[in-house]
Amino acid sequence: MERSPLFGLPPVRYSQEGMATAQNNNAAARQGREQQSWLGFVYLPLIVGWLVPGAGHFLLRKWGRGALLSASIVGMFAVGIAMQGKLFSSAHEILDILGLAGDLGNGLLYVAAQLFGLGADQVRVTTADYGTRFIVVAGLLNVIAAVDAHNLRTGRKS
Amino acid sequence: MFRPSHFAAVVLFALFASVVFGITMRETPRRMLRYGIYCFVLFVGSAAALSWAMYFIAR
Repeated sequence: MERSPLFGLPPVRYSQEGMATAQNNNAAARQGREQQSWLGFVYLPLIVGWLVPGAGHFLLRKWGRGALLSASIVGMFAVGIAMQGKLFSSAHEILDILGLAGDLGNGLLYVAAQLFGLGADQVRVTTADYGTRFIVVAGLLNVIAAVDAHNLRTGRKS
Repeated sequence: MFRPSHFAAVVLFALFASVVFGITMRETPRRMLRYGIYCFVLFVGSAAALSWAMYFIAR
């Protein structure tokens, strides 16, 4: 029987899987490099997520979360447009500047809505006022979702 | 033109916002669901409570 040099006991046999051996470290580093090159630079999910709602999560292969975020933000924007909400295009007063900032959070949705002439120029009915808020809040929620994608990318969130 | 009632608008707003809050503010799916439901109930509940408060103030 093989004896350990220490105390003459039989040697302990164990698997080195998952331990910080040179072989495992190389494999982990290789896998990390592959993932890094696939994901691109660190702010990509943030920018893509801002431009297209949910796309930042899709880029990180979080399909379920991305689909739910996309459906919620696009749905909220669409309901706002359907309620004849106002799209802020120029800002002269402080409230208009804040509204424009919120609208810009929608990314390409805002650009597309402006291109196709969607939304109302002026708020005439109560539901249109609600619609305006829906559009602004959809933009703010999209910013939150994009920052969440960035946090997932940097590893701050799992 | 889409013209929902006030309550329907509140429910739609709460639904969309709660989904985003649930996903972005918690890490595990179970906690996301619980937080989303919590936010939804708070949104709708606070809107209903404030509406009743304004109703009695106006009388």
